[in-house]
Amino acid sequence: MRALYLGRWLRTAPGAARSRRLPLPPARAVLTAPGASPAPVPPRPAWRHGEQRPPPQHKVTVEVLDHLERLALVDFRDAEGVERLQKAIQFADQLHEVNTDGVEPMDSVLEDRCLYLREDDVTEGNCTNELLKNAREKVEEYFVAPPGNIPLPKLEERDTFLQGP
Amino acid sequence: AALKGELRFQVSVALKEGRVTPTELCQRCLSLIKSTKFLNAYITVAEETALKQAEESEKRYRRGQPLGVLDGIPVAVKDNFNTAGIETTCASNMLKGYISPYNATVVQKLLDQGAVLLGKTNLDEFAMGSGSTDGIFGPVRNPWSYSRQYKEKSHSEDKEPNWVITGGSSGGSAAAVSSFTCFAALGSDTGGSTRNPAAHCGVVGLKPTYGLISRHGLIPLVNSMDVPGILARCVDDASVVLGSLAGHDPKDSTTIQDNFKPFELPNLTDVSQLSIGIPKEYHAPGLSSEILALWSKAADLFKNAGAKVIEVSLPHTRYSIVCYHVLCTAEVASNMARFDGLEYGHRSDMKKSTESMYAATRREGFNDVVRGRILSGNYFLLKQNYENYFIKAQKVRRLIANDFVKVFGSGVDILLTPTTLSDAVPYVEFIKEDNRTRSAQDDILTQAANMAGLPAINVPTGLSERGLPVGLQFIGRSFHEKQLLTVAKWFEKQVKFPMIQLEVKRHDHSACHNQKSASFS
Repeated sequence: MRALYLGRWLRTAPGAARSRRLPLPPARAVLTAPGASPAPVPPRPAWRHGEQRPPPQHKVTVEVLDHLERLALVDFRDAEGVERLQKAIQFADQLHEVNTDGVEPMDSVLEDRCLYLREDDVTEGNCTNELLKNAREKVEEYFVAPPGNIPLPKLEERDTFLQGP
Repeated sequence: AALKGELRFQVSVALKEGRVTPTELCQRCLSLIKSTKFLNAYITVAEETALKQAEESEKRYRRGQPLGVLDGIPVAVKDNFNTAGIETTCASNMLKGYISPYNATVVQKLLDQGAVLLGKTNLDEFAMGSGSTDGIFGPVRNPWSYSRQYKEKSHSEDKEPNWVITGGSSGGSAAAVSSFTCFAALGSDTGGSTRNPAAHCGVVGLKPTYGLISRHGLIPLVNSMDVPGILARCVDDASVVLGSLAGHDPKDSTTIQDNFKPFELPNLTDVSQLSIGIPKEYHAPGLSSEILALWSKAADLFKNAGAKVIEVSLPHTRYSIVCYHVLCTAEVASNMARFDGLEYGHRSDMKKSTESMYAATRREGFNDVVRGRILSGNYFLLKQNYENYFIKAQKVRRLIANDFVKVFGSGVDILLTPTTLSDAVPYVEFIKEDNRTRSAQDDILTQAANMAGLPAINVPTGLSERGLPVGLQFIGRSFHEKQLLTVAKWFEKQVKFPMIQLEVKRHDHSACHNQKSASFS
């Protein structure tokens, strides 16, 4: 019976126009089929999640959160946002289980290849109008920004979730 | 004439012989897009330009001078590729209304071959996600949710069974190819974003070697891992598209300089010279017993055909997703810094200062997922964390890449693994967990190939008990796409994956139960 299954599957004769579904045997048959040598596919998961989860780190301080909001110019918005960061850090902490002594960091998979420079010749450009089309505020050929060199207000004065209740 | 729309080659032949014209083909696809609007696969449908391109193609065929095999073939492109004159949104408020001033290199190459660009497909916002559920235009529905195969197995008497996700982030592209609205589509693959939806939608999803295809014009997520991905209905089609896209691009310095020669795939009959590796760590926790069984059968298939099938080990597989998490968020933090409202995209009305305008723009433009990744990335890049997280992750990346080098160095030609842990889940189930958790779960089997820059392909293998597609993944050596695709084609021929029996009301409102849904007559 099993031989028949595989035999049908192996037939490559063209013109077998009937669309055939891959027959799925009951799970047990895969492992204990008489006469067939065991498939190299491991029957059980090779590892489990979080076997050696390190102790949870101290919570990220409000100062660091504020610092992140300033650096990224993106806000946490609510407690869920902060919780997301905490979980992300906890997830990333698994990296410390790996022994990387003597291993060089890898920037790119193409590190063994040369990066070629091209000739310093202008080959394209003169597309000022196209580029300006997508900007909302512009004057002649300039993008217009609000006044610069004004730092973001401090935490206490900003309208941010981190201010606390 | 009953057109087997399934194989693009056959359509190509039909175009050449005049049995169908490019404009007819284009119109049928556009009509089918309208009929399948509920799938939400497309964000923008470029009807006018597509018809113009089809007309140009028709003129060329009449003169007997088609540009190539792709001339007149309707394609779709994921909405994170720049397309001149067509809105490119990345499914984000940040780029809503942004009309690209240029074509991405891969888009330009397709157009230069005469392909007809039907439109831009839906995705997770900025390609961050594994479900194509987190974009501002809403989630993409898996066409198989509406297939006879799924409905028959759902045991629901009167109510419509819960629709399932496409997987992500290139879900729109996968759904478009799977529902016959186009013959090939471009996606992007950073952690599995092309192969994951390909597996769930029952199509071929190819991730080429990093450095083979230009990323110029692909809005970047992770510069060291992104690649454009190809989705098609069969391996031959994917190979033809690859042939037209691969090669050095002076505008992308991360493309290799080696000469690329497009190839035709041989019809392999003898696999006795092949050595297939089964990495044991890819039996990850949570792998469904169905997929395990399929994986076993596939291994047996190769063994019985004479190939050498051996178990191998990639010991650092379990850390691949953690490593990805750190490197991805770090690179995202950098790549998203360009969105400040000044030169393009959304701009807030806040005028007090440059910094506050930037902050407000980004607050308004990005969704939770994007903001979360930017903040995490910045955390890992802080001076106090740089060594412990970012550099550490880069070291782990080398270990992962070395795992593959060792295995391929020991004589293994191709690795055979599952692509996903299970078949597609219903949307209502999927959204119960947050984006990061889902991505961590769903990318486990696909991510390592991006870490190491290796080519990988999903080949649809069979249907699950619920009537949904399941695929298996082949991973090959760097720049050995020909070998990878040859083996994939052999495998595809053996398993004869069934055609989707899509039940769709045609645009002219007549119900149409397509037995051979591929035929456009």
